[in-house]
Amino acid sequence: MSVLFDVPGPRARQRHRLGGAVSLVALVGLIGFGVWKLYEKGQFAGALWEPFVTPVYMLAILEGIVRTLQIAVVAVLLSLVFGAVFGIGRISEHAFLRWPCAILVEFFRAVPLLMLILAIFLVYGTEIGTFWSLVIGLTLYNGSVLAEVFRAGILAVPSGQGEAGYSIGMRKNQVLRLVLLPQAVRIMLPAIISQCVVALKDTSLGYVIGASDLLDVLERVSQEFDSIIPSALMAAALYIAINASLSRVAQWLEGRSRRPGDQAGQVNVKEQGAG
Amino acid sequence: MDVLIEQRGVIWDGFQTTLALLAVSGVLALVLGTVLAAMRVSPIRALNAFGTAYIFVFRNTPLLVILIFTAFGLPALDVRPSFFMKAVIALSVYTAAFVCEALRSGINAVNPGQAEAARSVGMTFGQTLSIVVLPQAFRTVIAPLASVFIALAKNTSLAQGFGIAEATFRMKGLINNNPGDVYLIFFGIALGYVLIVAVISGAANIAERQLSVRR
Repeated sequence: MSVLFDVPGPRARQRHRLGGAVSLVALVGLIGFGVWKLYEKGQFAGALWEPFVTPVYMLAILEGIVRTLQIAVVAVLLSLVFGAVFGIGRISEHAFLRWPCAILVEFFRAVPLLMLILAIFLVYGTEIGTFWSLVIGLTLYNGSVLAEVFRAGILAVPSGQGEAGYSIGMRKNQVLRLVLLPQAVRIMLPAIISQCVVALKDTSLGYVIGASDLLDVLERVSQEFDSIIPSALMAAALYIAINASLSRVAQWLEGRSRRPGDQAGQVNVKEQGAG
Repeated sequence: MDVLIEQRGVIWDGFQTTLALLAVSGVLALVLGTVLAAMRVSPIRALNAFGTAYIFVFRNTPLLVILIFTAFGLPALDVRPSFFMKAVIALSVYTAAFVCEALRSGINAVNPGQAEAARSVGMTFGQTLSIVVLPQAFRTVIAPLASVFIALAKNTSLAQGFGIAEATFRMKGLINNNPGDVYLIFFGIALGYVLIVAVISGAANIAERQLSVRR
């Protein structure tokens, strides 16, 4: 029960029911208006939706999904490497390592991803193709965000852990590798996975450079059938399905990796969400 | 350097459009996001469910899909806003979901005693939320809200494909016209975005120091 309102008594319950009924009517009206408008403009005509039940096009869309997943997987793996290297670089004891890493990470976090991808594509596109233009852009951006996640995660491990490692004679890389990172990864997992969802969503930017990803394929279908609204709705539904299942996996992983009596909180990284 | 200096008018033009997009959709997203957050904590089931569904849909849909819908879908329904408004609509409905999530965590972080005290002096849900809880919630979520707006600032670049000549669109044009100065143009425009981001996070830091709730 929320603390924001009292447990409703008979009158409040009546009021809530009334409010519920009114808002339900308003919301249904709003959605109904949208649907009616779509219907009125003939957007539910079978011809517009035909590609989604025609095997050839379904196959093309499936290929788009596979392509999107490929891009996302490669980009996420590279981002993890990039993030680990630069995140650890940022907490290095040597200023000559720390500063370049910090500048690089802050720069790529501040620059719009689309601009990055466009620039890479305009300059190197002919040599490396759309796939790698997109993957490199995604890696630089998501890797930089993950670098912050890694840094925050390692710093979130209680300092006694590292000190204990040093006191039994471990070297710096042993402490990092054997003591800090394994614990940090557990703390960071939710943040890492939510960044994966962001990366997956960002693969849609491939549409701008024609990377044959899901959105790109659907856009071509929509041009052929002059069916922009059905295609956009289809795109939204597919992305939602993919992202929601990824989030579900994330929750499951998080639940599994949490040990009883776990004290460590989640990592708070500035740049979460709205990617 | 010559390109940047010669074309400073064009670049400045682009950033003005970027800033206009940021300001208008930022305000709209803040309003819509606050309403959604209020829905999500309200005692009325239907509003609550709508808020949850809204967040689910718009957090998981790429902004580009929403932009395609407002840019090409709305005209197919005989709704014809200007290019600028199309981008603003897409940016605001998308960002509102993230504003709502940030605010909701802020509402949860407000000490329960505050809401209980408000209720015990007889305030209604609306009063509790608007007079007591939300003002404190806003103060606790300045940092997350700032990152939402930073993301919005960067997301305005997506409008470049939809008839809006903002900074990223200008970069594309400049690179095509001056292929020799690619790096200069890229870093010049990037610097503009870095500045915008720095200003937002700087302002957030100041606001946080001034306004944060001391416990």
